[in-house]
Amino acid sequence: MTMIDSGTQATPAEIKQSVAELEDEAITIIREVAAECRNPVLLFSGGKDSAVLLHLAVKAFRPGSLPFPVMHVDTGHNFDEVIEYRDMLVEHYGVKLVIASVQASIDAGRAVEETGPRASRNRLQSVTLLDAIAEHKFDAAFGGGRRDEDKARAKERILSFRDHFGQWEPRAQRPEPWNMLNAKIRPGEHLRAFPLSNWTELDIWRYIGIENVALPSIYFSHRRTVVERNGMLLSVGGPVVLEAGEKAFEETVRYRTVGDASCTGAVRSTASNVNEVLVEVAAARITERGATRADDNFSDSAMEDRKREGYF
Amino acid sequence: MVLRIATAGSVDDGKSTLIGRLLHDTKTVFEDQLSAVEKASTRYGDGSLNLALLTDGLRAEREQGITIDVAYRYFATPKRTFVVADTPGHAQYTRNMVTGASASDVAIVLVDARNGLTEQTRRHLFVASLLGVKLVILAVNKMDLVDFDEATYHRIVAEATAHADALPAPVVLNALPISALLGDNVVDASTNMPWFKGLPLLDLLETIEVPGDHNVGARLSVQWVIRPYSTEHHDYRGFAGRLTGGSLAIGDLIRVLPGGQQSTVIGIDRGGVPQDTAQSGEAISVQLADDIDIGRGDVLVAVVASEAPIVTDRIIADISWMVDKPLETGSRWIIKHQTRTAKAFVSAIELRHDVATATHSPAESLTLNDLGRVHLNVSVPLVIDNYDRHRPGGAAILIDEATGMTCAALMIRDNE
Repeated sequence: MTMIDSGTQATPAEIKQSVAELEDEAITIIREVAAECRNPVLLFSGGKDSAVLLHLAVKAFRPGSLPFPVMHVDTGHNFDEVIEYRDMLVEHYGVKLVIASVQASIDAGRAVEETGPRASRNRLQSVTLLDAIAEHKFDAAFGGGRRDEDKARAKERILSFRDHFGQWEPRAQRPEPWNMLNAKIRPGEHLRAFPLSNWTELDIWRYIGIENVALPSIYFSHRRTVVERNGMLLSVGGPVVLEAGEKAFEETVRYRTVGDASCTGAVRSTASNVNEVLVEVAAARITERGATRADDNFSDSAMEDRKREGYF
Repeated sequence: MVLRIATAGSVDDGKSTLIGRLLHDTKTVFEDQLSAVEKASTRYGDGSLNLALLTDGLRAEREQGITIDVAYRYFATPKRTFVVADTPGHAQYTRNMVTGASASDVAIVLVDARNGLTEQTRRHLFVASLLGVKLVILAVNKMDLVDFDEATYHRIVAEATAHADALPAPVVLNALPISALLGDNVVDASTNMPWFKGLPLLDLLETIEVPGDHNVGARLSVQWVIRPYSTEHHDYRGFAGRLTGGSLAIGDLIRVLPGGQQSTVIGIDRGGVPQDTAQSGEAISVQLADDIDIGRGDVLVAVVASEAPIVTDRIIADISWMVDKPLETGSRWIIKHQTRTAKAFVSAIELRHDVATATHSPAESLTLNDLGRVHLNVSVPLVIDNYDRHRPGGAAILIDEATGMTCAALMIRDNE
């Protein structure tokens, strides 16, 4: 396909080469963690980063099959399109799927539902994730996190050490000279692996275009009933309930990220395919998390705080 | 196409401000990031826009006005894409600089024009030399605080050049006078320093040429053996890993080290897609004509390789010691070299590098931030290269068996 990229003089061949180099790096990381860890798992949210991650993981072991399972931390606040997409992919790749349910954590009293009209289950995912890692004795969890997403993530290692409490301690990280990965852990500790560390949002979309990575339909423009809240467009129905004075309306939108439906916002967009999204991403003036995640806008260090608690 | 940059400087030399300035002036900073920085500038500063807060992301960093850990930033201009490793200058300064420099093409070393060359500057130049970073940009910052004085600038550059010439491996110095705070010679040429005829920093970064790697011949350290056991691929055995040092083609003769068996390449896959040849850096899997016992950690080497690697269980390496617990003669560690993990015994500490004078002295032990040279006995033979000839074959880390912490970076120079 023809890649359209504004703001760069790079030729299509150069773009293909730079994305291929990122693929080489990611596949090397995935193979290394699979070899060094006893029982890794790949975290799959249904979002574009985890779609790219799964695509890379499958490629890393071809023509063999994926040597580890895929886990979805299910908040219960899902977009229907994303669940359909998840089940389609699992079938297509023939991978083993583990579902960790936030609802089950709440029912078991391990997590307490936030209350009020703006309650979200985003934060509760950390409890469910850590419980599932302990229950299945996973020693490493692959995530789709990227360093360009957030200022706390910019300090994250490729292989990130978590203590017995699942916590991230930014002041005591393991150095990674030459990107050499140290996967040594003691029982009870685990690792998070981020093969997409050095990718940017633009790289992800370029890769999706070049490799024809399938995505949930909500990443492309569609008509949706939304409400505007704190400058974000939230989908009405499901977990989002109208507050007094708010009015729902129809809009042509798409999603730049996919997360908990209660706090993931849509953006006004007519981009209906990867090329049109690429033009939009290259011209965007707001980061994807800033535009679409209510949870990261709470405070200056919202992501750092959640990461310390064991978030993805 | 991508230029990898490490930035180094002492505390308060203005590294974070410089990177913030590059991100800001290349319009890489998004509106929401800028508004967050404006808000934070009010809380942590005098209210004027503090560009350092673009990179100092952790709460403690903002509160203390320091950078704690290596942060990675990505920006692009129409001409080039950049990855910046911002390496902080305090506490674990050498560890951070080594980590940042290990994967970089260029090091930007900042000097405060008021202070001139400090021990930290000399240390940064030494680390760049030791880690094989051949290109160094000496950015003499805060020129606004010395009235943009030409003589001050030339005195600092002369001092740095003299030190660079004395380093164990030569580095090429590109010097320029800047003010990261005001933007002089960062993106746009300074109107305050018409006496400086060189390129502003961004132009320099866009055009600087990185010397290519030595072609030592193809090597592949096996990460994983792909065995599908399916009906379709019943006899498939693919040795997966990252190719380094040179290219490989179907039909090439390879030797398996340390075992020594030979075979012929009959298949190359990259991401599961068959191809006839592979280039250095590609993550591939290789099929061989013969049924040889090959596992993780073994190395496939092209028989025609221009420089054969050395198989040895005794190595001599420069070392950067990164933890509080000291390194002593007789101590035992886990060594990770390529995809091989083994045990290592410190048979001797040959010397400690004195970074300020670029000389060395004898040492009984090495402590946090020390650079030295050690002799190691390894429990199994390693397939090594001299670090200067082939970085992947000459790089290794030491791990503390008790804590799992990465304690050292090793640059292998020789075998015993």
